[in-house]
Amino acid sequence: MPHSNHWIVPSLNLLASILLLISFAMLSRRRTQRLITLFAWQGLVLFTSTCLVAYSSGQKEMYYSAGLTLMLKVIALPWILHRLIQRLGAQWDSELLVNIPTTMLVGLVLVIFAFGLAQPISRMATTITRNTIGIALAVIFLAFLMMITRRKAVTQVIGFLAMENGLFFAATSATYGMPMVIELGIALDLLVGFFILGIFFFQIREQFDSLDLSHLEALKEE
Amino acid sequence: MLLLVLGWLFLGAIGLLRPHSLRFVARGLFPAGAVIGLGVALLGTVALLAGHAPQAMVLPLGLPSLPFHVRLDALSGFFLLLMGLAGAGISIFAAGYFRSGEGTAPGLLGLHYHIFLASMALVVLADDAYFFMVAWELMALSSYFLVVSQHRLPEIRRAGFLYLLMAHLGALCLLLSFGVLQGGRWQFTFDAMRGAPLTPLWATVAFLLALLGFGAKAGLVPLHGWLPEAHPAAPSPVSAMMSGLMLKTAVYGMLRITFDLLHVQFWQWGVLVLALGLFSAIYGAIFAGVKTDMKRLLAYSSIENIGLIFTGIGLAILFDACHLPLFAALALSAALLHSLNHAFFKSLLFLATGNVLHATKRRSLGALGGLAHTMPWVATMALVGTLAIAGLPPLNGFVSEWLLLQAFLFTPQIPHAFINMLVPLGAAVLALTVALAAYVMVKFYGIIFLGQPREPALEDAHDANWLERIGLAWLALGCIAIGVLPQIALRAAGAVTGLLLGQTVNFSSQLWWVAPITAKQASYSGLLLLAGIICVVGITFVVVRGLAHGRFRRTVPWDCGYPWQTSRMQDTAEGFGQPIRHIFGTAFDMERELPSPSDSAPHYRIHVEDRLWRMAYLPIERAVQRLSDAIGVLQGGRLAIYLLYSFLTLLALLVGVL
Repeated sequence: MPHSNHWIVPSLNLLASILLLISFAMLSRRRTQRLITLFAWQGLVLFTSTCLVAYSSGQKEMYYSAGLTLMLKVIALPWILHRLIQRLGAQWDSELLVNIPTTMLVGLVLVIFAFGLAQPISRMATTITRNTIGIALAVIFLAFLMMITRRKAVTQVIGFLAMENGLFFAATSATYGMPMVIELGIALDLLVGFFILGIFFFQIREQFDSLDLSHLEALKEE
Repeated sequence: MLLLVLGWLFLGAIGLLRPHSLRFVARGLFPAGAVIGLGVALLGTVALLAGHAPQAMVLPLGLPSLPFHVRLDALSGFFLLLMGLAGAGISIFAAGYFRSGEGTAPGLLGLHYHIFLASMALVVLADDAYFFMVAWELMALSSYFLVVSQHRLPEIRRAGFLYLLMAHLGALCLLLSFGVLQGGRWQFTFDAMRGAPLTPLWATVAFLLALLGFGAKAGLVPLHGWLPEAHPAAPSPVSAMMSGLMLKTAVYGMLRITFDLLHVQFWQWGVLVLALGLFSAIYGAIFAGVKTDMKRLLAYSSIENIGLIFTGIGLAILFDACHLPLFAALALSAALLHSLNHAFFKSLLFLATGNVLHATKRRSLGALGGLAHTMPWVATMALVGTLAIAGLPPLNGFVSEWLLLQAFLFTPQIPHAFINMLVPLGAAVLALTVALAAYVMVKFYGIIFLGQPREPALEDAHDANWLERIGLAWLALGCIAIGVLPQIALRAAGAVTGLLLGQTVNFSSQLWWVAPITAKQASYSGLLLLAGIICVVGITFVVVRGLAHGRFRRTVPWDCGYPWQTSRMQDTAEGFGQPIRHIFGTAFDMERELPSPSDSAPHYRIHVEDRLWRMAYLPIERAVQRLSDAIGVLQGGRLAIYLLYSFLTLLALLVGVL
């Protein structure tokens, strides 16, 4: 390892725990605007941790991917999301399927599960960041949980994006990131998927006069 | 050979260039397809003559490690001959038949039609399970599109769906059967399957699956539900192809798997096929007796004939399992000959109904009658087909049914006492079926063509055009030729039995004489019989002319107490079927409305349904419905629930990895 600076591993662990904290915060927030802010923070933490990993492993490519994260997840997507919810008038989101304390408890169980799951994987990994694999998995699970418990379409998309953050973090911590081509491809997919979902929002609102997904139940064939 | 098949595909493709030009597609492409059909028949004959030297080839097509294999041997040759000859007649007829503005555009119709022809040829040429299934599915799909070519009518869509469903279920069984046949070696060429070691149990499983799969395609009785729906729904040339040609691919497949790929036979298989065949035969004949829609009647008659063919196959398996190859060859020859005959006469009759349909726009027998006066050409040709299918000498139907009966008479040679008791019963059922079939055909021909027209519009029905006449005449000629000189067809069948059983029946050394096994027991000569009939008729004619000459007296005949006759006084199709309805009442679901004696405008209505619908098909349908409802509970319509599904799946998979 070119720069085995002793301060890098603790700070990476710190960043990982911040990431987990943000995930829990997202789980407990009701307002969509707050969620977007948290999402942007998550992207920032991700950017920092990627830079750190890049610095410690000396891989130039990871700086590019960190830059991509900064542009896409910290600036572009939150901005677009803000615009979107203003256009849709969906800043206020308080509808949950499960109340927040229960969700948090389930989230705790999931984190424990994720750590248990990550143990055999981290034993195989050779990176300095291997301890954070469990946290990465936990972030994915928590984002998924958020998608399940929310009723509004916008929050689902934020959950989806947060899940991608977790995947990205898992990739950097387990194998020093994916090859550049794949990363670019994923970033593009994300952007395209996001646009398609944005179009869907307008369609859904036009059809049901609301973004509440429970209206979609009417689509089911009897 | 492959070039010719490609030629068919090519013809279909150029039809797409001008899909709406009826003239181009009908007058140009269909006759060309007929010429290719003749070429296919020629090559089939060459393969038959070549005897034991099959030609095999590996095509540069298919998946990387699964190339397409093709092979042309006597069995394929025989069925190619059948398809080529009958297909040529149907194609010529179709050239004159299709009118503009009927359902699908002519170009598309031509595409489906030629793909259908080509895929049937590929089915019999295929030499590995993979290619076979590809061709088989291609055949099912192209024929589905032909069936629903008039897709604006809901009942046609329904029939098409039923057909597709049964075809897929059958194909599924075949897939499983091939899966068993490869015997754990994972090689799917037929060559590898021939050598695959199978225990008797697995061989039986493979055989039963094949019987289910091919039975569904052929319309053996518990699996026949689609046939009387789909055949009437299709345009007449397509009905003719499906009934005359496509059902034969199922016969081919059955022979290929039973006698070629599986090298052991058990007499129990033979009894099973025999029983199913006989049951189908009698069932089809009974239902043909009560049906009043002319195409539906013919469809049931197809079930009957397929039943007869499978009876022959069953007998052949039985004899072969009992080490009596000579008799097995006799039964198999009868089955093959009947396949060939059925391709001719059933196609002929379906085409004739097409003419009637075009001329009168009526399908119900109750609205027809007296067409022999307005459509003499069609009536004559249909008469030939009717006599052939009724099994009257000197036409072809007689020869095969007679041979089948002869084969039954050899069953005392079988060393199982149990079978010896049962088989005479089978012979009796066979005889009954054949008699019923004759009865049905009297009804078919009599109601449509004889008597007085039941509706005034029938007076100006028009006869077939010249292309249609050529097609009809070609098929009728086939019926007569095989009937008069059955030796030619029997020698072709002999090449097949030589390949499959290693035994050929020497029917006689003379071309015009047929004697199964020994001339002492029975023999038949179509030519002599024809000559005899012509002599008797001629002499009678001359004698009557001579005796009665100059002594004609034209006068009003005795009117039997009826001063006038109307078409309402004629026997109706329902009336014709009444005895059968009465005798075999248990087989039907009947709804009858009888008029009361005081009714001034009496109305009689009867509705006959297949009892198997209620007893077998509907319970299965309900069970499937319940099952899908139970699965449908999963589809709650809530996005959160769906996400939960994927989340739980993810968790389960991750736990599984641990």
